[in-house]
Amino acid sequence: MQDSISFFTGFGINDLLFLGEAALKTLWISALSIAIGTLLGTFFGWLLHEGKLVASFTIAPILDVFRSVPLIIQLVLFYNFAPIIGLNFDPFASGVVILTFYTAALVASVARGGIEAVPASMRRASRSLGISYWQDLFYVVLPIGGRAVFPAWIGVVLGVMKDSALVSVLGYVELLKASQVLITRTQEPLLILAIAGAFYFALSYPISRYANKFEQRWSK
Amino acid sequence: MFDYNFHWRPVLRTLPDLIQAGLTTLEVATLSMVIGILLGLCLALARMNMTGPLKWLAVTWIELARNTPALFQLFFFGFGLGAIGINLTPYTIILAGLSFNCAGYLAENFRGGFQAVPDTQLKAARCLGMNAWQAYTRIVIPQVFRVVYHPITNQMVWAVLMSSLGMLIGFRELSGETQFFASRTFRIFEYFAVTAVLYYVIVKLILAVSRLLAMRLFRY
Repeated sequence: MQDSISFFTGFGINDLLFLGEAALKTLWISALSIAIGTLLGTFFGWLLHEGKLVASFTIAPILDVFRSVPLIIQLVLFYNFAPIIGLNFDPFASGVVILTFYTAALVASVARGGIEAVPASMRRASRSLGISYWQDLFYVVLPIGGRAVFPAWIGVVLGVMKDSALVSVLGYVELLKASQVLITRTQEPLLILAIAGAFYFALSYPISRYANKFEQRWSK
Repeated sequence: MFDYNFHWRPVLRTLPDLIQAGLTTLEVATLSMVIGILLGLCLALARMNMTGPLKWLAVTWIELARNTPALFQLFFFGFGLGAIGINLTPYTIILAGLSFNCAGYLAENFRGGFQAVPDTQLKAARCLGMNAWQAYTRIVIPQVFRVVYHPITNQMVWAVLMSSLGMLIGFRELSGETQFFASRTFRIFEYFAVTAVLYYVIVKLILAVSRLLAMRLFRY
């Protein structure tokens, strides 16, 4: 007769699928916030470049806050602040909002650097050729400046993807949280952490290698 | 306006404790930066000059540190090593995790710094009769230091921000202390808001000190 019930079960193929699914969630939340955050950040970067004095007293300090306060504090703060002003956000939505602003704050300085990387003489030349301001921005500044700061942008993307692990504090089951759940059940931390780490590595390493190649090709 | 009553008094009453915890945060971040700089220097040199297992170790370390989330690394030092019988205290976990992470990131900065110093500097130093140790410590490293000074400052800020992850492994630094008080009083928003301000102040202090130091160090 069995006198003890086993609470802990072994690690099976279903668990691997569970981790894979969680990796997709990590990918989804980071892709969403990076996409929106990049657009927003580029806009902020443009504002920082154009409205020099005004912007440096208004949006620059606000963006600075997102860079100077730990993401985990931002997440907890926003998650607890949203209900106060009557917004009922689930962990995923709160995570996306904060990650988006976090990305935007990081991208803003990158975008500003990109705009400033385009020589003023080149922009004047394009304007002299009869190109409008917006055309100049999209057809001259974007391709040239974008290329100059592409590696920096990839750095931001990888950083945000790794930092998305922190959304687990709010209870969103992404890769790291899923590994925690499995560890509690199977009691095999080393194996599961190794697998979760391998997933992160597989998401991040190819992108960073690609960015390196790109940078080397452009520095020639 | 709000359906919520803000209670700041409990937060103000425990403010000295929070500031004390902020000092712990600074202590951990500084210590891990010191270890990280020493290890990062070794890793960068091993990656550039060594062959065989040492180079392989350095490359693995750097890529693992850079391509997995910091929180994952902390969990690894906490739960992962715990599984094979190495039980570290929260303080050691956070110190080990942060040092591991910082070393990986700084190694790449140092590598860039070493590449920025021309080869001829080392050769000239050797020609003047210095031995390898003297040439490195008196000629190459001071020049590398100038290049990597700004990245080191950035990394120091990151170390402070990353130490907030101590909250998740039960370490009572600034975030952990906040979490402790917040769960005791249920004033989650107020506590985390004050903590966010404290982090902001710490980061600004570090940047100011770094700027002053730079003025003193790079006078010539």
